[in-house]
Amino acid sequence: MGMMSIFNVSGSAASAQSQRLNVVASNLANADTVAGPDGQAYKARQVTFQTQLVGELANDATAAGVRVSTVSEDQTPGRRVHDPKNPAADAEGYVTYSNVNPVEEMVNMISASRSYQNNIEVMNTAKSLLLKTLQMGQSG
Amino acid sequence: MLERLAGTLDFQAQALALRSERQRLIASNIANADTPGYVAREMDFATALRQATSSSQSTVASGGNRLATGSATLLASTEAGHLAGTGSAGGAAPLTYAVAAQTNLDRNSVDMDRERASFADNTVKYEATLRFINGQVRTMLSAITGQ
Repeated sequence: MGMMSIFNVSGSAASAQSQRLNVVASNLANADTVAGPDGQAYKARQVTFQTQLVGELANDATAAGVRVSTVSEDQTPGRRVHDPKNPAADAEGYVTYSNVNPVEEMVNMISASRSYQNNIEVMNTAKSLLLKTLQMGQSG
Repeated sequence: MLERLAGTLDFQAQALALRSERQRLIASNIANADTPGYVAREMDFATALRQATSSSQSTVASGGNRLATGSATLLASTEAGHLAGTGSAGGAAPLTYAVAAQTNLDRNSVDMDRERASFADNTVKYEATLRFINGQVRTMLSAITGQ
């Protein structure tokens, strides 16, 4: 059923992009958290997208949606700041902060929101075309 | 008699079906703009329509229905970068690969500017086809009512 699956395609993409936006939000929220009692600070997370065929027919490349395949953690060591008065400081007086890079996250956020908007626009266009198709052959 | 009435709509009906398929294809490209390794696809509309209408004309002549079920799927290579292939079994339209204007680090070949332009172009042409159909229906209705 031709255009109906556009909603599946763009809907899956919008959902994947919103998950990416969610991850960006938690990264930014944890940008300044320090190491917990286990000595492990928050690690920045990143989503990876994967194509998912959503058409009624298998191998139909014209209906390719998106899903989040993995959420991976950035393994680079966190920022270490010398602050002996901080209760979270280790024996040498260093505090380990999370490894979130706020600039990177902001760029990621803008990219995710633009892609989200693109998909919503595609859905709106498809909807108006389908509504016009429903009125096919009617006079007026 | 009835086949003649329906037959006039046949070409536009094929075009509309292909337009909706292309719309879905471009929507897939836009959806996968951030997917690593995704290769953008494009439809050679002229070839697809020629294929669909030539196969449907034979079925119309024999009084059958219009849907091009038996048409073979071939990948048309219209540019130097296109790969030859036999295509998927499901789709009836020939699909090609869109060649990216700029390479991407994650091997994604979706060019968002081009896709947005193609999407707008396809939207307008879909609407045009709809209006052609509506016009033909109105013509036939006025012929039937005889006023």
